[in-house]
Amino acid sequence: MSLLEVKKVSRFFGGITAVKDVSFEITKGEILGLIGPNGAGKTTVFNVVNGFYPPSRGEVFFKGERISGLKPHQICQRGLARTFQVVKPLQRMSVLDNVVASAFLRAKDRKEADTIAADVLNFTALYDDRNVISKGLPLGKRKRLEIARALATQPDLLLLDESFAGLNPSELDESIQIIRNIKKRGITIMIIEHHMKVIMSISDRIVVLNYGEKIAEGSPLEIGKNPLVVEAYLGEAQSA
Amino acid sequence: MKRYITYIVLGLLALLPLLGLNSYLMHILILVIMWSVIGMAWNLLSGYCGQVSFGHAAFFGVGAYTAGMLYSKLGISGWWGFPASVFVVAVFALGIGYICLRLRGPYFALATLSMGVIFRIVAENLVGVTGGDLGIMIRERTWIDKTWYFYIILIVAAATYYLVRKVIESKLGYYFVAIREDQDAAESLGINTTKYKTIALILSAVITGFAGVFYTNYMGYIDPKVVFALHDISIITIMVVMVGGVATYWGPVVGAIIMVLLAEAIRSIPKLGTAHHTLFGVLLIVIIIFLPNGIVGDFSKLKRLFGMRRPAP
Amino acid sequence: MSSVNLEVLLQTLISGVLLGGLYALIALGMTIIMGVMKIINLAHGELMMVGMYIAFVLFSWLHIDPYLSVFIAAPALFVLGVGLQKFLINPVMKVDAILPENQVILTVGIGMVLANLATIIFQSDYRQTPVSYATKAWYLTDLWKGAPLELSLSFPWSVSFTIAVLITACLWFFLAKTDTGKSIRATAQDLDAALLMGVNVERMRVITFGLGSALVGAAGCLFIPIYYIYPDIGGQFTLISFVITILGGLGSTVGAILGGLILGLFESLTATYIGMGWAPVGRFMIFVAVLIFIPGGVASLLRSRKFGK
Repeated sequence: MSLLEVKKVSRFFGGITAVKDVSFEITKGEILGLIGPNGAGKTTVFNVVNGFYPPSRGEVFFKGERISGLKPHQICQRGLARTFQVVKPLQRMSVLDNVVASAFLRAKDRKEADTIAADVLNFTALYDDRNVISKGLPLGKRKRLEIARALATQPDLLLLDESFAGLNPSELDESIQIIRNIKKRGITIMIIEHHMKVIMSISDRIVVLNYGEKIAEGSPLEIGKNPLVVEAYLGEAQSA
Repeated sequence: MKRYITYIVLGLLALLPLLGLNSYLMHILILVIMWSVIGMAWNLLSGYCGQVSFGHAAFFGVGAYTAGMLYSKLGISGWWGFPASVFVVAVFALGIGYICLRLRGPYFALATLSMGVIFRIVAENLVGVTGGDLGIMIRERTWIDKTWYFYIILIVAAATYYLVRKVIESKLGYYFVAIREDQDAAESLGINTTKYKTIALILSAVITGFAGVFYTNYMGYIDPKVVFALHDISIITIMVVMVGGVATYWGPVVGAIIMVLLAEAIRSIPKLGTAHHTLFGVLLIVIIIFLPNGIVGDFSKLKRLFGMRRPAP
Repeated sequence: MSSVNLEVLLQTLISGVLLGGLYALIALGMTIIMGVMKIINLAHGELMMVGMYIAFVLFSWLHIDPYLSVFIAAPALFVLGVGLQKFLINPVMKVDAILPENQVILTVGIGMVLANLATIIFQSDYRQTPVSYATKAWYLTDLWKGAPLELSLSFPWSVSFTIAVLITACLWFFLAKTDTGKSIRATAQDLDAALLMGVNVERMRVITFGLGSALVGAAGCLFIPIYYIYPDIGGQFTLISFVITILGGLGSTVGAILGGLILGLFESLTATYIGMGWAPVGRFMIFVAVLIFIPGGVASLLRSRKFGK
């Protein structure tokens, strides 16, 4: 059974159509890549799925339950967590406190929250930085803190918005390994990524958006050969 | 040592009346403690949860009027205001929260400011209910001596301090600070921001209302201009915490000491009476520019500043 | 409806519109500051008070007509606004503090200082400028002998209203047609984009704060012939302009004008039919109603109709 179903979702802002009639499904346990040129509507799809915007048309189902129209915190409580492309750490809190704050969603008390947080920090290799005030973290670690925080809510589905952008090669390898380990823990992942090599290597399936519409869907191999996709990206390369 | 400092301070304070201080000094002490309570309450909502209120006079006034009206309408002791105000203030806070908490940042601040003004105008105009501009006078004072008032407000302050600490170290506190730091992030981490902001508001309001109840019983007279005052209550509340230290445990206490002493000092300068807000305004500007996190919050900065002034060896 | 009742209603509506026009001018100053700087200037009403005292002093010492003193008060307030923004507000915008509302609290401090300096200089007495035309008015029956109703139009109110409309028109022209005006609008709409386009954002902020102060200073001069002054008068106008900006839609200039008119009419109606003391309550009831029912203000209603949301 599919974990998440996005059914004919559209989202308008004033007169602008950011996303139009997009449908796709995510199966439990897979990594779904969401790609497309700049302004294709990827982050808008995330914001609709995560509840920041209600869809203008269409519906979203999670674990068979309709979640479109719910608030982000209600959706998170149902087991869907996300990261932000522009990182939003709780600036004046330490790395540990950031993660503890989100661990409280499932934890009964402070002790349990601490345990969850310690586990997640170990898992994302941030444990040594736990007492650093998050404002002072370098970008690579702040991106990882986003992931750690989302994981601390113990989600079934994790939405990652450009968690690899701006990382150096060694951080990149580390992050890819973390994503693979998350998958091993049985957490389903949807990921937006610009880095084509990364997305091709870790995704099980890929959905391609362009101008707010879905133009292709398939395995990385199929997507790589799809002329529509190649054209969309070439178009971007030329205009850039 | 540090763990016991709270108890030591509290113990010393409790022994103070034994020194036989005169009535004026007791009055100053009582005011300092009362303002610490209001400051701690404001700090909970604004310092920790980041929802800056410019209208705490509304809660102070509702608390004060709860006590006053129990006396004037029902003829029972104003001290019953303590239990009654919990309910009354919470209901008003819920209403204000429902209206204002949908606004963010500075817009919330101004919306609460307007609420404080609305409350004052309504209290002035609903003469049948509040007595209007004439106010409420409590004719039979409970005690002439100030000692008991001192102990009552000290107990309120100690309880408030304890409550704030407990709240901030618990899940609530983490959620409050998360909301302050980034509301969108907090929301997406499963925090029902509206709910927790409302909780912070109600806690803060009820504590402020307690201070209002105490004020009525202690001063024996209230009117809308005094207890719903924008400058003399709402803004001074902000200043107490800003001067002392935003989002610190001891900031409101330090701020209350400074503000009350300053107000008294300024009052003692002849011919300055009407203009004492000028100095408050200047102090506020100076603090915001140089010590944006207050004396306690920027203590390290202060130490450095004074360290630098020392002549080089 | 009897003709007396109709007369009262029409008279109330007229004074509502006249008051609304002046309110709009006050709120415009706050709106453009809010749009560009994303802060609420709580010293707004106090700046207006400064404008009023300038007009008052010019009138009582040099016998300069308050309407002429617009040309002195507005530039003076512009300079004051620029100074406040440059030396107080701008540094605070760069300071890292736990509460981003520091800037708003700072403007409270500025307002307190201004109001109290006025108290020190002028004492807290109510003062008036006894202009010769204060009670002059046009009557409908003078112009039209057989008029079935008697309506009057106060001379100073009409002049103030007309000047307010003229200033608003100038502001519109400035924002729409000049380069600086366009840069200000760009900064208000999208800060990052404006930065990318090479707009000197820092300068725009300084100019905007000066401009907002000048507008409200001019409004102060217009109020002088029809109102009295005292040092603490500012606070109520700060609140009025805030209520209007919420009513109109945050940062929307058209909204501020409409909001000003709506509030003026509403206050005038409450004062006539419920009682003078309740006019401020009516003001805040509108405010609360808008927050609950149309959170985006009047401007959002206009917008959604245009795009057929």
